[in-house]
Amino acid sequence: MSPRKIREFFIEKLIFLSGVASIVFVALIFVFLLKEGVSLFKTIGLGDFLGGRFWYPISDPPKLGILPLILGSLLVTAGAIALAVPLGIASAFYIAEVAPPRLRDALKTCIEVLSAIPSVVLGFIGMVTLVPFIKRVFGIPTGLTAMTGSIMLALMALPTIISISEDAINSVPGEYKAGAIALGATHWQTLRRVIIHGAMPGIIAASMLGIGRVFGETMAVMMVTGNAAVIPKSLLQPVRTLTATIAAEMGEAVRGSEHFYALFAIGIVLFIISFAINVTADLFLNRGKKR
Amino acid sequence: MSAKIEVAKLNLWYGDFQALIDVDLAVREKTITALIGSSGCGKSTLLRCLDRMNDRIDGVRITGSVRIDGEDIYRMKKAELPRLRKKVGMVFQRPNPFPLSVYKNVAFGPTVHHQANHDELDALVEESLRAVNLWDELKDRLDESALGLSLEQKQRLCIARLVAVKSEVLLMDEPCSALDPVATLKIEELMRRLRADFTIVIVTHNMQQAARVSQETGFMLLGELVEFGRTPDIFTSPRDKRTEDYITGRFG
Ligand SMILES: Nc1ncnc2c1ncn2[C@@H]1O[C@H](COP(=O)(O)OP(=O)(O)OP(=O)(O)O)[C@@H](O)[C@H]1O
Ligand SMILES: [Mg+2]
Repeated sequence: MSPRKIREFFIEKLIFLSGVASIVFVALIFVFLLKEGVSLFKTIGLGDFLGGRFWYPISDPPKLGILPLILGSLLVTAGAIALAVPLGIASAFYIAEVAPPRLRDALKTCIEVLSAIPSVVLGFIGMVTLVPFIKRVFGIPTGLTAMTGSIMLALMALPTIISISEDAINSVPGEYKAGAIALGATHWQTLRRVIIHGAMPGIIAASMLGIGRVFGETMAVMMVTGNAAVIPKSLLQPVRTLTATIAAEMGEAVRGSEHFYALFAIGIVLFIISFAINVTADLFLNRGKKR
Repeated sequence: MSAKIEVAKLNLWYGDFQALIDVDLAVREKTITALIGSSGCGKSTLLRCLDRMNDRIDGVRITGSVRIDGEDIYRMKKAELPRLRKKVGMVFQRPNPFPLSVYKNVAFGPTVHHQANHDELDALVEESLRAVNLWDELKDRLDESALGLSLEQKQRLCIARLVAVKSEVLLMDEPCSALDPVATLKIEELMRRLRADFTIVIVTHNMQQAARVSQETGFMLLGELVEFGRTPDIFTSPRDKRTEDYITGRFG
């Protein structure tokens, strides 16, 4: 073999190995998670775990129901979506279609900066500004609430939603726009009736990815939501999320205890939900490409 | 008969490059007028001047006048452009239906111009699709995406959009160049029928097409309208040597 062929042989194998490695790592992580998590179900039923209303991991015997945590996560996430998705899509349209070029560049830079702020820092800022603000505005005993978490998470999801939606809007073929304008549609009518349809798969994918980001976020939520593991009845009360539970309790759980396995089982639940969100996002992204 | 469109001393620059030079042109109502000429001579540019689609391009400068029904369209305010473009519709080289259903494509124009209420819309869509011979083919597929149609159907649909909005002038920029010969003949057949109700200006590279469908023909060369007249005259006894060279295939 010539030196070139040998080199190509090795490069090819190396690339192949890197590809395989990433699959193996994912598989290993999942197997590990499953092994540790499933151990829990030797002592407690799946229904009692997912549907249990009380999370008292260090009482005796421990109560390991994660319903309050699931509802906490869902509530905070839903609040964040309700804020971030409409705002993000509107911003994306503004940046892609309305803003003059200089303002557009400035806005895009701002959004990049926002996405670069580490979540602990954001959480910290939220703790000293937003928490007292919410407490004062609503006149409630504590500002550590689900709503505070939703607002912080919305800030974190915005950059993802805006930049991916903007890409989707920009990749709508110019001929649609020309066609609408040539029919006498105004700029706004063109946006609302044509461009948004062309960009829709990408916008949905952007929203799903934003939601995924929010759902898996830990630090900021832990710092501002109050972490009370009770079934939430309103946005203005402290909640605890799945992620915050793992982060807060992993250090103190006794290795090999039910509590320890329960945290891994929470990990599996998180993994499955996040995975489902990402797959949905991919589905929409690919549908957008095919057309 | 007075002209539907009167172009006078029209000059157009893209930045420093002059793409149209002193063009004078009169398009008669309810006729098909063809614009021929070699690539890059300014046919599309001239066509886009007639519905002010050139306004969308940066660095364009225009002098002279274009009158449609006597109204100088370059004196119109920006807010009046939708009204102009409703009256003067454009069919593009590559069929460009919207990524919406067949029905919504046709209903788009009437909706944005508030021409029809909900009940009238169904009838208008049917009438417009019939006008372009698409109704029988598509009446059961009105809710399907227009992106799934054949190229010829897409182009017909684009014409139906203009019929629905009750355009008076149809500007067609090489409307058949993406189509096969059979589809091309069918679109030409359609144009002949539409002539009864519309004033049509068509840009084409295909001289047989110009000869087949048009009553009047203009020959353009390097930004100038060299010769304009009745189609048979242009093709059998051109006055200008350059026109003769072009149509006999000596250059271009
Ligand atoms: N947006 C633009 N910016 C700068 N120059 C342009 C632009 N559009 C067209 N031109 C130039 O203007 C001239 C006329 O272009 P136009 O597209 O009108 O020609 P055409 O006759 O339609 O050609 P074709 O038969 O290839 O479609 C060409 O030299 C072209 O390069
Ligand atoms: Mg052209």
